[in-house]
Amino acid sequence: MTTAQEQHVLTVALAGNPNSGKSTLFNALTKLRQKVGNYPGVTVEKRTGRFDLDNGSHVNVLDLPGTYSLTVQSPDEQVAHDVLLGRITSTPQPDIVVCVVDACHLERHLYLVSQIQDLRLPVIVALNMMDELTKQGRTIDINELACKLGSPVVPMSALHHQGLNQLKDTITRGCPNVPARRWRLPKPMERAIQSLQHQLETQHRIQRNESFSRGLLYLTTDTPPETLPKDLLKPIAQHRATLEAQGIHWRSAAVAARYTWIQQVLVGIIHAPSVCKPQWSDKLDAILTHKIWGWVAFLGMMTLMFYTIFTVAAIPMDWIDGGFTFLSEQLHAHMPPGDLRDLVTNGIVAGIGGVMVFLPQILILFFFICLLQDSGYMARAAFIMDRLMSRVGLHGKAFIPLLSSFACAIPGIMATRSIESPKDRMVTLLVAPLMTCSARLPVFTLLIATLLPNTPALTKAGLMLLMYLLGTIGAIGMAWLFKRTLFKGPTPPFIMELPPYRLPSAGSILLHMWERSYLFIKKAGTIIFAFSVILWALMTYPKADHLSPDTALKQSFAGRLGVAMEPAIRPLGYDWRIGIGLLGSMTAREIFVSTMNIVFSLDKEADTLTLREAFSQADWPDGRPLFTPLTCLSLMVFYVFAMQCVSSLAVIRRETNSWRWPLFQLVYMTTLAYVAALLVYQGGHLLGGS
Amino acid sequence: MKNNIIPLSDMTISQSGTVQDITTDSLHGQRLMEMGITPGCPITIVRFAPMGDPIDIQLRGYHLSIRHQDAACIQVIIDSQEIA
Repeated sequence: MTTAQEQHVLTVALAGNPNSGKSTLFNALTKLRQKVGNYPGVTVEKRTGRFDLDNGSHVNVLDLPGTYSLTVQSPDEQVAHDVLLGRITSTPQPDIVVCVVDACHLERHLYLVSQIQDLRLPVIVALNMMDELTKQGRTIDINELACKLGSPVVPMSALHHQGLNQLKDTITRGCPNVPARRWRLPKPMERAIQSLQHQLETQHRIQRNESFSRGLLYLTTDTPPETLPKDLLKPIAQHRATLEAQGIHWRSAAVAARYTWIQQVLVGIIHAPSVCKPQWSDKLDAILTHKIWGWVAFLGMMTLMFYTIFTVAAIPMDWIDGGFTFLSEQLHAHMPPGDLRDLVTNGIVAGIGGVMVFLPQILILFFFICLLQDSGYMARAAFIMDRLMSRVGLHGKAFIPLLSSFACAIPGIMATRSIESPKDRMVTLLVAPLMTCSARLPVFTLLIATLLPNTPALTKAGLMLLMYLLGTIGAIGMAWLFKRTLFKGPTPPFIMELPPYRLPSAGSILLHMWERSYLFIKKAGTIIFAFSVILWALMTYPKADHLSPDTALKQSFAGRLGVAMEPAIRPLGYDWRIGIGLLGSMTAREIFVSTMNIVFSLDKEADTLTLREAFSQADWPDGRPLFTPLTCLSLMVFYVFAMQCVSSLAVIRRETNSWRWPLFQLVYMTTLAYVAALLVYQGGHLLGGS
Repeated sequence: MKNNIIPLSDMTISQSGTVQDITTDSLHGQRLMEMGITPGCPITIVRFAPMGDPIDIQLRGYHLSIRHQDAACIQVIIDSQEIA
């Protein structure tokens, strides 16, 4: 059915503060008809979706990044601002802006509404969380609010799907008249802005709808924005001097005037009971951020998270691993022997299996990250940890991404999106893979078993702990270094809302888990897959079927590479066989174990014990043992620091929008690993070790 | 009366007051104001983080956490009953 109505597709932008329930509304409106991508050139996530109106016409929805303001201080604000003005290519300018506000915290949320109104855009105010307001025994005079704001107001509860139809009806009706600005600056400042507006419009072709907010931004910001025309610098300085002479604080006057207007709007509109009962959120905070109980709760929650990852995730990981092994065996049995069979079983199936096996861990981690985020606890974790994190110049919010990286760096890297400052986000992202992830565990287990075959488990655990500690120190040290060199800057401001605790909705958590996992499979999967096939080819060709597997491997391209790189890795105590292991584990660190199985011509599924024995018998051509204690230690230290993970590189590529940073990371981490392993091996020799 | 104006960072738990001025011209200052810390706004210290910093303050009906060093730039007129 093609009707006239379907031809014009409305574009609606959803704007709002963080924690306003904007994403909940977006999900409720679009259901699953949504897409996630990046805005061109920046690392701000772009979410778009569609929904239908009752009259059958389609609406495109843009979910803008959550911002408190449009003063363009962060990339998020810049994108929100530019989308609203239709300045981003491939993103149409919105016909209507729905500004989602939290009914319980109207005073601060209306600040953004007023800024959007200044851009002369039609705004519908979605008065969200009405259910919470009612629970608190408060009411809002909706009509009066709409009248005073000059924009339609729709009361709703996005979480309970209440008010959605009314919002759609309001969108259908549209907002024909955009009200003139209702808040007023002090008179002399109005005059200053007017004169700037005039200059912007006549000399710089700035549109009418934008000239006020631009003039205001230029007049009130100390550091001139990039867009500021140079010839305005002088008049701005003059205006400021005049205002100062009249006792007007040009930096704060506009913000104060806006808030004063908001207070006037709210007078007599909100009716609260005379006795306010203490809110459960505040009571909970008294415990969760308590000097003692706060730590207990925090450590308890983190322990639970890791316990779940290492116990619960292990079960489906075994299934997936077993399933792919079974599939590979079946294919092996039913396909005619040849290169194609080898490619399918050892390259393709093993490659896909290598990607999928990480999925349970990633899903569980995202479940926890999402739970922490949606419940409001994430802000408390940052609140508790900020003091520690700020010592290395990082934001409290960097803690959870770094902690998650102990399980897997991928969710950790993806979780850095919550850090607003781009510099701090980059530093967190660059050091996250140094945290000892679970893929290193099989490598450490094997090497510790080789190094200390007959020692009690406690000693082994101690050595393992030492490796974790080394990785953490490495991450903190590198963060400290990056903050002083590449990403030099002041310690980021910690001005963070502590949102009220809320019960997260199962739907939104599931949706988030699905979305993140899908992005991981799509972005990392293809690269890991390609890499697995390339590695398979390197280890298979040129073919030497008449030789034994280990000799054939030495003849292969990978073997030749290993032999070629032996001079470079000999100072670390490694021979060409370990070199192949290092190359093979570029896809994922635990592949080292299975590669070594092939190198020592064992069955691919041989257990640690067998491989350990093979290790203890391996020697250099002159008969010296290969896996000396120092070689094992040096190899472990290498794995602590080395970036042996194509998935992480692929995810960092997605998160930073360029190959520059993943390549930089590969180089710096490999160098760090090489130097550290060299120090261990050569230093150990100097101290008389072997 | 001047002695009842103190920096926000010197206030104690559950002490309230009214913001008098923000004495910083950095971007932090701009951000603090946009989050609602403007002259004339009532403000209460709720608690300090377990390690003493940052601070949890209540204003305009919500909770905001800021660091000690930023709080030092916010001058607050302490409510009179607090002094009495």
